[in-house]
Amino acid sequence: MKTLVLVEHDNAKLSDATLPVVTAAGKLGEVHLLVAGHNCGAVAEAAAKIAGVAKVLVADDAAYAHGLAENVAPLVAQLMGDYDAFLAPATTSGKNIAPRVAAQLDVMQISEILSVEGPKTFTRPIYAGNAIATVESSDPKLVITVRGTAFEKAAAEGGSAPIEAVTGPGDAGTSSFVGSEIAKSERPELTSAKVIVSGGRALKDAETFAAVITPLADKLGAAIGASRAAVDAGYVPNDYQVGQTGKIVAPEVYFAIGISGAIQHLAGMKDSKVIIAINKDEDAPIFQVADIGLVADLYQAVPELTAAL
Amino acid sequence: MKILVPVKRVIDYNVKPRVKADGSGVDLANVKMSMNPFDEIAVEEAIRLKEKGKASEIVAVSIGPAKAQETLRTALAMGADRAILVQTPDEVGAEVEPLAVAKILKAIADEEQPGLIILGKQSISDDSNQTGQMLAALMGRPQGTFANTVEVEGDHVIVKREVDGGLQTVKLALPAIVTTDLRLNEPRYASLPNIMKAKQKPLATKTPADYGVDITPRLTTLKVSEPPVRQAGIKVADVAELVEKVKALGIA
Repeated sequence: MKTLVLVEHDNAKLSDATLPVVTAAGKLGEVHLLVAGHNCGAVAEAAAKIAGVAKVLVADDAAYAHGLAENVAPLVAQLMGDYDAFLAPATTSGKNIAPRVAAQLDVMQISEILSVEGPKTFTRPIYAGNAIATVESSDPKLVITVRGTAFEKAAAEGGSAPIEAVTGPGDAGTSSFVGSEIAKSERPELTSAKVIVSGGRALKDAETFAAVITPLADKLGAAIGASRAAVDAGYVPNDYQVGQTGKIVAPEVYFAIGISGAIQHLAGMKDSKVIIAINKDEDAPIFQVADIGLVADLYQAVPELTAAL
Repeated sequence: MKILVPVKRVIDYNVKPRVKADGSGVDLANVKMSMNPFDEIAVEEAIRLKEKGKASEIVAVSIGPAKAQETLRTALAMGADRAILVQTPDEVGAEVEPLAVAKILKAIADEEQPGLIILGKQSISDDSNQTGQMLAALMGRPQGTFANTVEVEGDHVIVKREVDGGLQTVKLALPAIVTTDLRLNEPRYASLPNIMKAKQKPLATKTPADYGVDITPRLTTLKVSEPPVRQAGIKVADVAELVEKVKALGIA
C-alpha cells in the first residue's frame, strides 16, 4: 500500500505533530510525505530526514502558504491518483483539510484513529472517548486523521528521502487568509509537552491562577492547561482548555490542581502516563484516575511543592 | 440571505454513554436525547445574524429518525423559521455517515440556495468532525471551520477560527460554510410562548431517496468496547511525600 502523509508546518519549521502520523502510515505501507506551503524548503529538508520516509513531495506556491483547505484539498485529491491512503494529523489543520479531501474522493474519512488493526481496520474513539469503535472501511481509498498521542513519534533524524517538486491547481479563489493571533510563549505546546500543570475552577480568578500555577509550571518547564470551568470563568485563554471539547493531551506527567475531574476534562487527559491530583475534596472524581493524589488546600500545598522542587 | 442550519439529535451532553454488553454499540434505549450542543450554537448564530438584519430566513434541517422532529421543533422554538426532516429508518445502527449527510445537505442547498450554511463542528456522538468540510467540498465553496467569531460583510463572511495555538482569521466569498466552536456564542433557551408558536411553524418531511442519495454506510463497525479503565493510585499524606514522588519521576 502507498500512503501520503500531510506534513504539519508553518513554512519554516516542521511540527512534531507529523511524527506519529508517519508511524501510523508506516503500519499500512510505504510512506510519502506532502509539504504544501510557500518558501517551505527548510520544512521539506526536515521531512526528508524523518526515519522511514521513502519520498517527500513539495508543493511550493503562495496559494498553500497558510494551509487554506480550499486550496490544499484539491492538490491532495489530485495526488491521490497514485496513493491508497491519505493520512493527516488530527490537529485543527488536519481536521480542516482531510474531510474535504475525502469528499472530493467520495470516501468516508476515518477520524482520529487510535490504532491500525488491519489494512482497512482501525480503532477510533466515539462519545468523547467513552467508547472505542473498531471500524472497517469498504472504500477503495482511505482518508484518515491520526490522534497523535496514540502512536509513537517516528524518529526525526535518520532518513534521507528524495525530495520532488509537485504542482497543484493553486488558488481556488474563494477564500483568503486575513491574519492570525498565535500566542507566543516560551513554554512547550500543550499537545507536545512532557509535563503539564493544569488548574481548575478552584483557582478563583485570573490573578490567583497565575500566582499559583505559573511558578510550578516554570519550575518544571511545563505547559499550562486548564479545565473548561476555568476557561469559561475567564481565568485563562480558550486555547488552554484540556478536555473533550478542548485539547487532547497525554504527557508523561499531568498535574490536576483544583480540578474536580468532570467527564469532559477526563476525556482530554486520561491517557497521561502519570496523573497527579491536588484537591481539597477527597471525594473528587479526579482521585479515581490519579496515580498520586494529595488531599490538601491547594493554596498551601502548591507553593510548598514549588519551593521544595 | 437565507441561512441553512443542520441539526442532529444525539445523546444528551450530561448523560454518560454506556457500551452495550454485546459490543454492538452504545445503549441509547431510554436515554435522554437532545440537540447536539455545537448545533445549538449554530442555530443561535443564525438567529443573531437574522436579528442583526444580515439574514432573512433560517431553515433548520435534520437527517435522522422520526424523533429528530423534536430536535427541529427545538430549533424552531429558538427562532428558526421552518424545518426540513430527512427521515431515515429507525433501526439501530442506521446512523447516516457524514459523507451521505453532506450529499443530502448539498441537494437541499441546491434547492434552497442559502448564503450561509452553519453547522456544529462535530457531533458529540460519533465525534467525526467531517460534515461541514465535506459539504463545502461537494459544493465547491469555502469553509470557516471551528468558528469563534462570524461577521457577514457584503458578499463575504469574515470568520475567526480557533486553531492550535491561537486564532486564525479568514475571508470567505459567499455562499460559504461555517462550523461552530464552543465559544462562538451562548445559545438561548426557548421561551414557553416560543415553544408553543414553534408547533405552528412549517416542517416538511422528506427521505434520502427524494434527494437521490444512497445512505449505505461505507464504514462497518465491527465492535464497540469500553476504553481501558484507569485504576486509582495512591494518596500521599502531605506535601513532603508528594515532593519525594515527583522527584522520583525524574522531572524535577
